[in-house]
Amino acid sequence: MDFDLSEEQREFQRAVREFAEEVVAPRTEEYDRNEEFPLEVVQRMGDLGLFGLPFPSEYGGQDADLVTFCLALEEIARVDSSVAITLEAATGLAANAVFRFGTEEQKERWLVPMARGQVLGAFAVTEAGGGSDVRALRTTARPEDGEWVIDGAKAFITNAGTPLTKVAIVAAATAPGEISAVLVPTDVPGFTVGPPYRKIGWRASDTRELAFHGCRVPQGNLLGERGHGYAGLLEVLDEGRIAVAALATGLARGCLEESVKYAKERQAFGRPIGAFEALQFKIADMRVAVDASRLLYLRAAWLRDRGRPYKAEAAMAKLYSSEAAVSAAREAVQIHGGYGYIEEFPVARFYRDAKILEIGEGTSEIQRLVIARALGLPGTEL
Amino acid sequence: MVMDVVVLAKHVPDPQGTPELGEDFLLRREGVDGALDPGDEYPLEAALRITEYHGGEVTVVSMGPEPAMTAIRRALSMGAHRAVLITDPALRGADALVTARVLASAVRRQPFDLVLAGIESTDGYTGTLPMTVAELLGVPAATFARRVEVNDRIVRTERQTEEGYDVVECPLPAVVTVTAGATEPRYPTLKGIMQAKQKPVERLTAADLGLSPEELAPTQSVIAVEAAPQKAVGEIVQGDDAVTRVADFLAEAKVI
Ligand SMILES: Cc1cc2nc3c(=O)[nH]c(=O)nc-3n(C[C@H](O)[C@H](O)[C@H](O)COP(=O)(O)OP(=O)(O)OC[C@H]3O[C@@H](n4cnc5c(N)ncnc54)[C@H](O)[C@@H]3O)c2cc1C
Repeated sequence: MDFDLSEEQREFQRAVREFAEEVVAPRTEEYDRNEEFPLEVVQRMGDLGLFGLPFPSEYGGQDADLVTFCLALEEIARVDSSVAITLEAATGLAANAVFRFGTEEQKERWLVPMARGQVLGAFAVTEAGGGSDVRALRTTARPEDGEWVIDGAKAFITNAGTPLTKVAIVAAATAPGEISAVLVPTDVPGFTVGPPYRKIGWRASDTRELAFHGCRVPQGNLLGERGHGYAGLLEVLDEGRIAVAALATGLARGCLEESVKYAKERQAFGRPIGAFEALQFKIADMRVAVDASRLLYLRAAWLRDRGRPYKAEAAMAKLYSSEAAVSAAREAVQIHGGYGYIEEFPVARFYRDAKILEIGEGTSEIQRLVIARALGLPGTEL
Repeated sequence: MVMDVVVLAKHVPDPQGTPELGEDFLLRREGVDGALDPGDEYPLEAALRITEYHGGEVTVVSMGPEPAMTAIRRALSMGAHRAVLITDPALRGADALVTARVLASAVRRQPFDLVLAGIESTDGYTGTLPMTVAELLGVPAATFARRVEVNDRIVRTERQTEEGYDVVECPLPAVVTVTAGATEPRYPTLKGIMQAKQKPVERLTAADLGLSPEELAPTQSVIAVEAAPQKAVGEIVQGDDAVTRVADFLAEAKVI
């Protein structure tokens, strides 16, 4: 057993922490208030190599493992979940899909600029009619004259319309009951991007609808094998869940650190509120939740980095840490009293940002289903 | 024109923490968390940009005990090509002049076109070291540069002043001190951190530099340290005659 990170991981974690505090944090409040995509911050993250962390250097990456990518996400989510999800969806989902299933040509064209943070991809699976039930998707890709003709629409897609978005990875039915993934550049005729949704949280993250009206892309834009889309995209989502767990851990840690600070400063009844056992216990529980979340995501990432099965472990990490983050945010607001409810302390934003963690990349119910299935319980087929 | 740039870099106790003094009034450097002096990241960034543009290498030169390797590794992971670390128990308590002698001797061992340094260290604040090094090397020094450019064996700097800047040019080789805020220092990438491990670090002692015990003996020593006196409470002047009373007070203090 060894709980130590490597020296390089620690040094890098420190560099990302400094970056998060010095570059991300000072701009967070404004981007969130204006619901503005943090373009400048994203470009600086590109310089830091964050978008290419888990990919080989031959594709413009940094040769890191999933553990290291998750450590970086935790540090960023500690100050700004919108920025963290922008990175997670671009790298953990979109670029990751190209890396895992792309041909050399597709990797040259798309993965290299994605790894450098110059291009963001949108990973488009969910539709207005359903997200959990992926197989029920209605978007179609029909082969015609050596091209794919795409019709349909996607809902709730992260990084769908940023100034850097140049391609969407679209899950579509290539025949009844046959799901495939297709690379659709954003400039093909018939591709339309909706206005940004107005959201409770993740306000600086770009989320929109995508619509396809007879979009034609070359046959070579099929990503992975025809009919492999369902299994392939779920594989990517399994890794994504570990990354979302790291993000949730970062948010919970933010709640913990802000609560400790506030509990030492704020006075009531002649003493700091941190002297009240009722609040000490809340904060102690928060500390346990942060550590448990981190240990769960690190184990899942560690298994994945060693090529071992990790599906149930990823679901456990995502489930536990997202629910822990929601509780931590609720308690952090409580500890801040009235100040927790106004946009002056970061905990109000943490509270708004937390809830989506229990929904995106597989709801809590779906995670429980995955865990129950791994236990061999009946009726858990999806 | 390929440029050999040397950056003088210092390992300082964690800039976020509270530094402690030992019994001998010297800053405790052993066993405390430390980092590359944030003020040294600006000259390092300037050096990296110069060599990225002109070609050439950046050598980081640092004097300090073993933990100074943390600062060196940071500089190497940001992109410096090689480093020289001078570590010697005899150098404990070295004052600014001795430090300058050590650094100048280390710089002189290799060809250099430009030596870049911060304005002053974040722990000592003497602010005299780079100019002393220039004097010992027998090269010109340009200070407080908010911008550094090299062209045709001439270094052109913008010297920050209160109202704006002066343009100062001097022939190479030269020493230039770079202000904080001149450039935004880059953060090390993971790849940079990995590569830093493979980069050459030369370790030297005072003897390797051929410095005599006399040259290493500090001429300054701290004999006592006292807390800065509390500022006396000011007087708030209110009322109709406030202006006259303030004027009287200033006249009394011979300010006006
Ligand atoms: C901000 C944001 C960003 C997003 N980004 C992306 C993105 O980049 N790409 C993308 O493809 N999608 C994205 N999504 C979509 C997200 O993944 C889906 O919202 C999520 O998977 C849930 O799908 P749904 O909204 O259709 O809910 P539904 O599937 O309709 O679920 C509704 C409720 O029913 C429950 N439920 C469903 N099936 C079962 C079952 N079998 N057993 C028990 N309970 C069940 C769910 O848990 C949930 O509580 C994003 C969503 C948001 C809000």
